[in-house]
Amino acid sequence: MTDEIIRWITPWEPQPWLIAVFALVAACYLRGLVRRRRARDALPALAFLLGLVSMYVVMQTHVDYYAQYMFFIHRAQHLILHHLGPFLIALSMPTAILAAGAPAWLNRGMRGLGALPPISWSYRFIQHPVISAVLFVGLIYFWLTPSIHFTAMLSARDYWLMNLSMAVDGLLFWWFMLDPRPPGTTRTTYSTGLRIIVLWAVMPPQIALGAYIALAPDTVYDVYAVCGRAFPISPIVDQQLGGLITWIPAAMMSVVATLILLRFGFVHDRSPAVAAGTSTKESPT
Amino acid sequence: MTARSFQRHAIAGLLCAVLMLAGCGGEPEYTAHDIAGVMPDLAFELTDDQGETVTEADYDGRLKLLFFGYTNCPDICPATMSRIRAALGGLDDDVRDDVDVLFLSVDPERDTPKRLEQYTSSFGDAFVGLTGNQDQLKTLTKRYRVTYGYGEPNDNGFYLVSHSSAIFVFGPEGRSRLLVNQTETVDELTADLKKLLASLE
Repeated sequence: MTDEIIRWITPWEPQPWLIAVFALVAACYLRGLVRRRRARDALPALAFLLGLVSMYVVMQTHVDYYAQYMFFIHRAQHLILHHLGPFLIALSMPTAILAAGAPAWLNRGMRGLGALPPISWSYRFIQHPVISAVLFVGLIYFWLTPSIHFTAMLSARDYWLMNLSMAVDGLLFWWFMLDPRPPGTTRTTYSTGLRIIVLWAVMPPQIALGAYIALAPDTVYDVYAVCGRAFPISPIVDQQLGGLITWIPAAMMSVVATLILLRFGFVHDRSPAVAAGTSTKESPT
Repeated sequence: MTARSFQRHAIAGLLCAVLMLAGCGGEPEYTAHDIAGVMPDLAFELTDDQGETVTEADYDGRLKLLFFGYTNCPDICPATMSRIRAALGGLDDDVRDDVDVLFLSVDPERDTPKRLEQYTSSFGDAFVGLTGNQDQLKTLTKRYRVTYGYGEPNDNGFYLVSHSSAIFVFGPEGRSRLLVNQTETVDELTADLKKLLASLE
């Protein structure tokens, strides 16, 4: 039993610096929670920790082994890295708690880094609605291009590049989408309507790709046959399951996010700042 | 070098780097995937079909084709072995003697050295059967980012084994060279091996 647990929690390909980053973020967050002691932190904390733990589990436990040798588990891994995990983290609005828990030098460092013109400029650029939508869908298509997917699964370096790029892009995208502040608060806080358009724009390409994979009569990704599968399963079933995961839950995230954004919009409309102004009736969203 | 030509070189270099990152490094010389530099050099400690402990050094100086399979394999393994035999038939006699085909069984439970010997000898002298304990097999398969797994046994105790379907080709010093998948024909494999042998001379 203990052996089994140890086998599951042992990273298949340990990445010490990745484990260190996760540990640092978790430590800052937990410390922040303790320092603030606010009851209303409970739900966001649940979302944040669920997102963080799920991203860690798919990268640094034995789950990663199955993700390398089963197409459908690989798709589920990317669903968590690019959609679910970052979605939960962004939804929990963790900045205040992280800042409360982080040591002063780290807060200063992060603020200083964010204020550097090249960084703030690139951030604004990749958070532009069009760029961010193109990146979000483009990365999925890029890594699922059969020849690129082949090399990514065979080369250790490309494999980590693939997973990290998905995780980072997921965080950027959902951070931009689920920003709860009233539109216009910062230069990257876009209006609810615009964000909903982006959310719906990224849906059809994901549906098309997922459906293409799920309904393909032949093998699209031969690398899983080349490398062997973690257990004997029909290659076509593996591919169909992977296609369905790319198709349905991934696209559904856009719908869920839309509902959340509508709720934000509703809250902003009723917020005192707007109510006191002149534009109570004609909301900018 | 003038500033301008330096700039041109820098741009060309950058483009090459981008292309290589995208997984299309240089001209497609082989039908097989060129894995030189992508995959580590050959290294193992296993048991051969004579029951002897062997390492990669025992096959030094010869071209090596490595395939992961098992002797009860109903389709891919015998088909691949036959394709390799046919492809080797297309090489010159003196060259053919410098090629080893390493059939690595990932099913040591059923594949004893004796059984492996019977299996590989039916394909020719170039074929060597190898196997090992689970630790040795896991170490080697992980090194090449491949895996294997066992299915549930049926009433007769027969079970399927999932394994890599690719042939890994290594140079005389154990350098990783090519990865041949199932879609490559016998003629293409012969041509690839000839090209590789010529490039090594």
